[in-house]
Amino acid sequence: MPKEIRLPLNDDELISLKAGDRILLSGIVYTARDAAHKRMVEQEKEGIPFPIDLAGQVLYYVGPTPAKPGEAIGSAGPTTSGRMDLYTPRLLEKGLKGMIGKGYRSEEVKRSIVTHKAVYFGAVGGAAALISRSIKSAEVVAYEDLGTEAIRKLTIEKFPVFVINDIHGGDIYQEGVAKYKL
Amino acid sequence: MKEIHYQDIVEEVKEMCKKSNTNLGEDVYSAFRKALKTERSETGKEILAQLIENADIAKAEQVPMCQDTGTAVFIVEVGQSCHIVGGSLVDAINEGVAKGYGEGYLRNSIIYHPLNRKNTGNNTPAVVHIELVEGEHLTIHMTAKGGGAENMSDLKMLKPSDGMEGVKKYILSIVKEAGPNACPPLVVGVGIGGNFERCAYLAKKSLFRPLGIRHTDPEIAELEEELIIEINRLGIGPQGMGGSTTALDVKIEVESCHISALPVAINLNCHASRHQTITVN
Repeated sequence: MPKEIRLPLNDDELISLKAGDRILLSGIVYTARDAAHKRMVEQEKEGIPFPIDLAGQVLYYVGPTPAKPGEAIGSAGPTTSGRMDLYTPRLLEKGLKGMIGKGYRSEEVKRSIVTHKAVYFGAVGGAAALISRSIKSAEVVAYEDLGTEAIRKLTIEKFPVFVINDIHGGDIYQEGVAKYKL
Repeated sequence: MKEIHYQDIVEEVKEMCKKSNTNLGEDVYSAFRKALKTERSETGKEILAQLIENADIAKAEQVPMCQDTGTAVFIVEVGQSCHIVGGSLVDAINEGVAKGYGEGYLRNSIIYHPLNRKNTGNNTPAVVHIELVEGEHLTIHMTAKGGGAENMSDLKMLKPSDGMEGVKKYILSIVKEAGPNACPPLVVGVGIGGNFERCAYLAKKSLFRPLGIRHTDPEIAELEEELIIEINRLGIGPQGMGGSTTALDVKIEVESCHISALPVAINLNCHASRHQTITVN
């Protein structure tokens, strides 16, 4: 049975999370993918602060399809996280506690996850219609000009994820494959 | 000479774009059901169950199964005795894509320029490959090709001495490297032979063959079957979290090549293998 967690994540929960755990997340997450990451980190170097306070927050790497009339959001599954790796350590330094995406992280990001006591969740890539059912509201809060890549505040309810990288250094991509390799 | 009207092509392409993104093909759907029975990992089973439920929701609600509604890629067989009237074939396809992606609430993922990264706003231009064939028909094959798996695709000019073993080793290494990034379970498309650009095209083209249908050449068919087994022994599993279902299928296309060459291209397709074919009359 999956474990239910209400965001924001607290330290006890972060310690208890283990690579491979099935989790249902509820609460607030923010969306950001390639273009938003690039702008946040590059503008910060020019002295412009991040448009949202990341401390304690969870980012979801997604570029949703347009919402149909009356819907909160279109289909919204995870995109490949590795493209955000260049920017992620800086966001973790600023207090980011969780990320939802899919795919490998760099060694630097994995070390950073342990150092800053954060967690990397994987949602099922390509299960975007199913995942959208657990997104109750969506509101653009920054970088509206980026369209699908804008930063959105999402209210999620029982959003299905797996723990990929935990604060203890666990990595389900390595452990899972080692277990089933013939 | 048979006439095919521009507007008819636009309408057909528009519908293909919408349908490919909402209605998962029966071949892929049955492959999920079959994999659910054989998958060894509990996590893998849970993921496959989510993919089946996702396909059901997408079809019932007519919403995209994946938020990456892809690059629209076309292979068009143009009968040399048919005449397209009212405009150009490529314009008709692009107009159909723009309309289909707009009306279908599909994501626009195409940018003008790989370095300035500005979105074109209607998912065009499409990638269009034209094959001139005998006859007077116009058959359009379309796929909505996701970026995650495309990014993990690869091409290598092997040496003739690498032979069959070298080809297999290379394919396995690319699937392994792709791991979770390409959204397994995968359909692995392989092109062997031709030249540099032709080989990549063969790999893409192979993905248009429905799942479960083997190559007509028994030797190639055997290689496909062997690779399915070998890839599924890698342990990558659904979404790369470990398991026995890494490839739903392997497709290989082969062509003649130069005496010095052994080109091999691997075009990975995520599990959202979205393909449509229609013949315009």
